Amino acid sequence: MNSIITYLKELFGGIKTLLKGMMVTGYYFVHPRSIITQQYPENRKTLQMFDRFKGQVSMPHDENNLHKCTACNICEINCPNGSIEVISKQVEKADGKTKKELDTYIYKLSMCTFCGLCIKVCPQDAIVFTPEFEHAVFNQDKLIKTLNKPGSSLKEKVKEPINII
Amino acid sequence: MTFNIYDLTSFNQWVDKTLYDSLPAFWAMIIEMTLIGVAFLLFYALIGLFLVYAERKVCAFIQNRVGPNRVGPYGIFQTIADFIKLLMKELIPINKADKFLFNLAPFIVIIASFMAIAAIPFGLGLHAIDFNIGVFYVMAVSSLGVIGVLLAGWSSNNKYSLIGAMRSGAQIVSYELSVGLSMVTIVILAGSMQLSTIVEAQRDGWFIFTGHVPALIAFLIFIIASTAETNRGPFDLAEAESELTAGYHTEYSGIKFAFFFLAEYMNMFIVASIAATLFWGGWMPLHIGGWAGFNTVMDYIPPFFWYMGKTMVVIFIMMWFKWTFPRLRIDQLLKLEWKYLLPINLFNIILMALIVLLGWHF
Amino acid sequence: MEDLFIISDAIQEEEYIINMGPQHPSTHGVLRFKVSLKGETVLGVEPHCGYIHRGIEKMCERLTYQQVIHLTDRLDYLSAHINNEAVCLLVENALQIEVPERVKYIRTILSELSRLASHQLWWCAFGMDLGALTTYFYGLRDREPILDIFEETTGARLLQSFNCPGGLMNDIHPNFIKRVKDYIVYFRKKLPEYDELLTGNVILQERTNDIGFLTLEDAISYGVTGPSGRASGFACDVRKHHPYSAYDKVEFKEILFDKGDTFHRYKARVEEMWESLKIIEQLIDNIPEGDFVVKMKPIIRLPEGEYYQRVEACRGEFGVYVLSTGDKYPYRVKFRSPNFSNLSAINLLSAGHKIADLVAISGSLDLVIPDIDR
Repeated sequence: MNSIITYLKELFGGIKTLLKGMMVTGYYFVHPRSIITQQYPENRKTLQMFDRFKGQVSMPHDENNLHKCTACNICEINCPNGSIEVISKQVEKADGKTKKELDTYIYKLSMCTFCGLCIKVCPQDAIVFTPEFEHAVFNQDKLIKTLNKPGSSLKEKVKEPINII
Repeated sequence: MTFNIYDLTSFNQWVDKTLYDSLPAFWAMIIEMTLIGVAFLLFYALIGLFLVYAERKVCAFIQNRVGPNRVGPYGIFQTIADFIKLLMKELIPINKADKFLFNLAPFIVIIASFMAIAAIPFGLGLHAIDFNIGVFYVMAVSSLGVIGVLLAGWSSNNKYSLIGAMRSGAQIVSYELSVGLSMVTIVILAGSMQLSTIVEAQRDGWFIFTGHVPALIAFLIFIIASTAETNRGPFDLAEAESELTAGYHTEYSGIKFAFFFLAEYMNMFIVASIAATLFWGGWMPLHIGGWAGFNTVMDYIPPFFWYMGKTMVVIFIMMWFKWTFPRLRIDQLLKLEWKYLLPINLFNIILMALIVLLGWHF
Repeated sequence: MEDLFIISDAIQEEEYIINMGPQHPSTHGVLRFKVSLKGETVLGVEPHCGYIHRGIEKMCERLTYQQVIHLTDRLDYLSAHINNEAVCLLVENALQIEVPERVKYIRTILSELSRLASHQLWWCAFGMDLGALTTYFYGLRDREPILDIFEETTGARLLQSFNCPGGLMNDIHPNFIKRVKDYIVYFRKKLPEYDELLTGNVILQERTNDIGFLTLEDAISYGVTGPSGRASGFACDVRKHHPYSAYDKVEFKEILFDKGDTFHRYKARVEEMWESLKIIEQLIDNIPEGDFVVKMKPIIRLPEGEYYQRVEACRGEFGVYVLSTGDKYPYRVKFRSPNFSNLSAINLLSAGHKIADLVAISGSLDLVIPDIDR
């Protein structure tokens, strides 16, 4: 007799737990408001990325097409996987002195691991992370980006970089 | 001739008479059979496509998702797009596979499910063959599919497939018993194995109401066992995605995979429609004894819609628990059958026989 | 053709060997189990790892200590923050730098959020291993707000790289505290649902109870740590026994069971989620004011010697061993990854069970493959 009672207890106890689970899923079935999927390409207009999102490294330019990069190479040295290449040139100034200036700032997005070291170590705050995230391109070459805009030059009156490797 | 949506018998008789009057008997028969075949094929394809879509939507809503919503409004053409994709896919030849059996297996699966449709009463007069052993026929034919599954698993020359197929064999052999016995419970109550008679007997009340507790128990057992028989979750051990990748149809691609896929949904449709026919009165509208007004209102809904509605409710229940429960293990699956379902079922049959003998049913 | 049909005794006695992986739904990555079967019963499991070996330990030898941190993200990617913290703590302890209290608090909160997110992902993947596909979406749904919190504060959802020697890369976002508080309220409502849907379910109980026993002795000798070890009664919670960061300021329970079967490994993780919520609740209101970073020299040179730092990652004890020659690069780095030790017990756990149990057991060990191969 006891075994029959345990048998029935097992049976109904089991059915009860199953129904409990079905209540949970049933609840969500009749509550379509709990849907959390974002409709991505449609909500592109309203999509707000978080301002700190590490989308890609970029170099802000002001309205006169001036950037802050002094081509000090600290970011290149600190980059763990060689995704930054700073090419500098010697420019002769009006007073006859030659000065190192940024020629091209090459940023290889395909190699970047978004560790944020380059931005942390930059003494001039010349580069920042911007929250762009749509990086898909058809050609890998397009992932090698030049961050300084053509014709841009250094914003004057920046203090000399502290020379540390 | 009058086309009456509530009773298609006269329409069918008119078609039959016109054909036989204008053509020799042999050709008339051929044309009639072709017409029915084409009608069923179309129905089969449409239902298959619809069920795949419905399953995806139901599971999406259960899982807090939107589901397919890109192809067409609310994604209604998604399954058609998928089907076109499957049609165009390459049929990958398998090295060292048993070519003949490998190609044969999907057809056996799909033919088995296709044959079962024939005996199902879709409405008054919408009934291809009204066997006097309709219940028996449906049961026999729908379980033929396991041969296809076994063949697929064996001939693929894949270890996962073989394990899946063997699981499926053990599973269907066991669960066939429960499906059969729960049907027998209703056959006892109805006193007939002819599906049209069974439906007719439910004119004044569906068996699930008139049959007291035994009918309810039989219904539950039928739902559980038939889910197991169609290899759907939580009894999808034959494909068991997380264990056997895709089980018996691991090696199939393209349209052959689509056949297995379609057959799964059609089997689900068939068992759901049998459940609706045996327990919920098939195409019979909901009648409550004594409520004449209510009954007339119910009669206005055409039988086909009653039938489809009931079937869809059963299908929804099956989807609901597929998307809720974890999968059983093979020994637990057999334990469930032999330790719980079968003894309860046998007990239930005795109970039902007593109720019928003593005339306790309504 | 003839010989196909002759079934010799040798063939009948032969083990049926299947390869689960490297591409298999249940290994959650490129891990390969060579499983010998007899029928459905598992005779033995031979894990083959190395499919995503990237040589991280070797790579670390050519990187400065700041640069090493971002590679530790790529070990156990679900406890990226905790791995970062281990390296930072190692450097800080070696140089004897006292980081501000604020940093400790934020690190602890973020670690516990990582643990929550990791356990949620484990929960949903475990449900999926057992065939309950819906759990996957519920787990991910609840994990999403945590990832949003991470994204807002650290800038990345998964591989945060938010720690640096001496503190954090950035201060917390102004919204951080409010978001975390909201999340705790939200998740306290959702967590009982996990129990209703899966824990209490009779099928899960049947599938996991009395499967894959790991005794205390075996847990210790195989080095199975984390929730998996604690389910066997192995009191190995680094947070409790060797507190670091702000763990000495909070009260929490070390979840210990003594049965050590799959269900208790499951239970241990679900209980840990409650404990994580408690820890965050205790800390979130009392984040002290202060700097988020200590000014460090741009080049970090550890004094000559050997250093070891351990932390409690989501899956067990994560250790970093550094041999320094006083250079700016470490001479040798070794990561003691919890998953590698946990994986080693799988043969012991699954032998004699069914093939479906192997999936449940490997799910309950919560393996993250990149951490195994490094």
